[in-house]
Formats: sequence, C-alpha cells, structure tokens
Amino acid sequence: MKKQKLYWVLLGIFFLTFPFLVKSDYYQHLMIITLMWVVIGSSWNLLAGYTGQVSFGHAIFFGVGAYTAGIFVTKLEMSAWWGMMFGGITAMLIALFVGWVCFRLRGPYFALATLAGGEIFRLIAVNWEGLTDGMVGILIIQDFRSKVPYYYIALALAAVCIWVIHVIMKRKWGYYFVSIREDQDAAASMGINTTLYKNISLLVSAFFTGMAGAFYMNYMGFIDPDVVFSLHFISIMAILVGIVGGVATIWGPAVGAFIMVGLQETFRSSFFGLAPKWVSQGHALVFGLLVIFVILFLANGVVGDWKKIKRNVFRMRESH
Amino acid sequence: MALLELQGLTKTFGGLVAVNQVSFKVEKGEIFGLIGPNGSGKTTTFNCINHYFPITSGDIFFKGKRITKLKTHQICHLGIGRTFQVVKPLARMTVLENVTASAFCRVKTIGKAKKKAEEVLKFCSLSRDKDKLAKSLPIGGRKRLEIARALATDPELLLLDETAAGLNPSELDEAIELIKKMRESGITILIIEHIMKLIMTISDRIHAINFGQTIAEGNPLEVAKNGLVIQAYLGEEYAQG
Repeated sequence: MKKQKLYWVLLGIFFLTFPFLVKSDYYQHLMIITLMWVVIGSSWNLLAGYTGQVSFGHAIFFGVGAYTAGIFVTKLEMSAWWGMMFGGITAMLIALFVGWVCFRLRGPYFALATLAGGEIFRLIAVNWEGLTDGMVGILIIQDFRSKVPYYYIALALAAVCIWVIHVIMKRKWGYYFVSIREDQDAAASMGINTTLYKNISLLVSAFFTGMAGAFYMNYMGFIDPDVVFSLHFISIMAILVGIVGGVATIWGPAVGAFIMVGLQETFRSSFFGLAPKWVSQGHALVFGLLVIFVILFLANGVVGDWKKIKRNVFRMRESH
Repeated sequence: MALLELQGLTKTFGGLVAVNQVSFKVEKGEIFGLIGPNGSGKTTTFNCINHYFPITSGDIFFKGKRITKLKTHQICHLGIGRTFQVVKPLARMTVLENVTASAFCRVKTIGKAKKKAEEVLKFCSLSRDKDKLAKSLPIGGRKRLEIARALATDPELLLLDETAAGLNPSELDEAIELIKKMRESGITILIIEHIMKLIMTISDRIHAINFGQTIAEGNPLEVAKNGLVIQAYLGEEYAQG
C-alpha cells in the first residue's frame, strides 16, 4: 500500500515537472494532445462506460466547444480563453438538445442517433458560413509562443476532469448511472428517473468535452469542420481511447489516451522516420486490428484487465 | 379507503386484450394473491400498476390518489415497490451496491444509503453475500436480492411477481417466512404466485383471472372451490365433478 502511494507521488512529480524535464517542443506537444485526450476519453467513459449510453458522436461537443472559442474571437472580438468556460457551457446546451432527441432511443439505436448527430453538426459547421466561415475554418493568433502554459492548462483540465468523475462515481449519481447501465427497467423500478440521470451524465460528459474542444482552439490556433467534427479523428478516437484503456474504470481512459496518441503518432510519422513513408497510411488498419485484439483478449481494457496482463506476462517469463 | 384500487383496468397489445376490465381493491396490511394460468395477464397487471407501459383504459388509485399517468420512478417514490418475475440483478454491481442504489430513493447521503442497505440485507438474510457480484448469486439469492432492492425503497405496498418460482423446498419455506416477516413489519403485499402451497397458506384474499378477465375473488378456500377457477386450471370435466 505504501509502495503504491510512492508511485502516485512520483507520477505526480513527473507530470508537474514534465516541461522542465523534456524541453523538446515536439514531445511537449504530444503530451499536451495526450492530456486533451485524457479529458475527452474520460468524459466519453462517464457516459458510455459508466452510464451505458454508448456515444458515437462526441465530436459534436468537441466541435461545438472549439467553435465557441473561435467565434468568441472572430465575431465578438474577445479572448478565446472565454471560450474555455463558454465552450463547456455551450456544449452542455447542445447536449440538452441531443439528449432530448437521442434518449428516446436505447442501446444501439442511441449509438446510431449520436453517430448521425455528429454528421449533422459537421454539416451545419460547413454550411453556416455566416457564423463559422465554413470550410475556410477559423484561424486565431495564439496567446503563448511557448508550449509550457498550454501544458499546465491541459494538465489542470485533465486532473479536474478525472477528479470530478471520481467524486461523482462515489456518490448517488454514480450508483444511479451504473444501475441504469446494468438494467434500465430495474433502475426505474428502484425509483431512478432514468431520463433525468442519463441527461445529467450526458451534460457532465459534454461539458468537459466542450472544454477540451475550446482548449484545442486556443492551443492549435486553427480549426475547420473536418477536423473538430470529424467522425474518425474525434468520435471514434474517443471510443478507442475508452475501450483500449478500459471502460468503466477511472484511470482507463487516461492510460488509453497515452496508448492511442502514442500509436497514432508512431504511425503518422512512419515510426519516427525509420520506416518507409507508406507506413503512415496504415494507422487506421492498425487501429482496427487493435480494437479486435482488445475485444477478444482484453474486454475490460488495459486497466480493467491489468491483473490478467500481469499474470500472462509473468507466466511467459516463467516458461522461458 | 383501499390502499390500492384498480378500476376497469384494460391493456391491449394490438388486437390482443391482455387484461380486460379487471377491478380489485387491496386493503392496508393484507396479503392479496393474484392467480391465474400461464398467460392470463397477471404480470401485465403488475406492469400496468407501476407503469411499465401505459394502460389502454381504466384507472389505478394508490391511497386515494390517481396514479394511472405517473411514471415508474414516481410510483416507486409514492411507496409501491416491485420485484420482477424474470429477475433483473444489476449484474456487475455487488449485492450491497445493488441495494444501496435502491436506498437512495429515500436517503440523500452515501453513508445513510449504505447503512440502510446493510439493514435490508440483514432482514433478507443476504448479509453474507453482500460483497459478491450480483451475477454470481444462485437463483434463490437473486430472488432475495429482488426483494431486498424493493424493500430498500421503503414501500407501503410491495408487488411480488412469482418470487417463489424455481426455488427448492427449503428455499420455499424461507421465502414464506420472509414474506410473513415483511407483512409483520407493516408492508401490504400483492403477490402473483403459481405455487399453491405458498399462495393458499399466506394470502388473506385471492383474485383469480383467466384470459385477462376476473373469474373469482375471495378467501383462499372460496377461490379453491370456485368452479371457474377449477375449470381454468384443470379443465372442464373437473369443474363439473
């Protein structure tokens, strides 16, 4: 137990001092993107992993958050940092509407409705040029040239997100969310207003995803509909981060974010330039194989099946 | 005033009339049995009472209040608990977590909910299994868990749907004891049961339905001798003899 505490402290120190340990812009950038994915994955996990409402449309909230931040600059001429707060809130308002429509459906039908929702919002962003500038996208000037401030903002966002979800899951809401996941009809007969609590879960999830979107706008300085409302790069990636790391575990999506961003970058850069260029085209294929592997052998993800992984690795060592 | 009153309850699924003009009153403190052959509409009646689905026509009153249009969770908060014939354990939660989630119906904090859940589990003799996952319980335990979860919502009226089905003889005796214990603690019970040993020994009154329609009501002895009931269960030749 004491040893475990030591690990946590060391991990905390590592994250707090990371920008001083690693000076390279490139690795700082990767870390910032990973922390952003920790937020999105954890948010997705709250709704899908804990509450059992699998969303294929988290790009809706990410994109709305990003565009809110962008529009604060282009239309209201205010700082994009306002968008951090308002990005989350706007995403929640949109989530109210999404929930009102999609929670009439259950299980796979809900998932398909959110999938369609994601595409609808992408098309809105493409076509409502008066507000979003369409495919031209939004370009803003970043506030900091150094990556360090962004790193700490992303770290704080990830820490707050995980902490909030941890607190929620220990209390009444958490019990209600999991009950709804396990059996919606039994939950209703236990006095749980299933529609209300599914919406609460969705709103919290959308809030943090929206914040992550607004952060992305601030950090990258450029967005367009195909990036932030992307089915492939946002909605599906959120699911992958969740299931690879481990659904319905607090730390699963955090671990999943490191694995997925790491893999994505490894392939995007063709194994950091060591492999031929065409390898970079293969990342979607590898993601697909990874999902099949995880579903077959690690149904609870890396964190959920950690004991199983440890046991098998240990046994392999013994047999050698 | 009756605790629960059904007035001309009717439920149709397309052309099929599952429950047809069923009316009865359940008085406070009694054990009221609902019997009938397979497919006669007993569970459908339960599903109508706690608004699992909307009813076609008729009215339901609880403590004089019309609850026909209320939602399932609102009905639970009013004080009607239910168990399911096909048990619905929250499989990947522990037994204690199952009941704790249910206890939040009446208490706000996690501490109080857990305490209440522990008490209910003790009452249902499930304390030993409280840290097991619900999916690992055998059928007898799952039935108990159904009851425990309903009890944790502090019901005044408890709807038991074939709680004793699938139990072995010793489990059956325990189930009867548990039901009697619940009545002693002041809970009114509306029970669906096929096992005559159980329903005939513990019910104060019995209401019999067949093809969704009322065929008899009275104390167990009266209902057992009723010609229509015998015909429904055993066939016409027995009813005449």
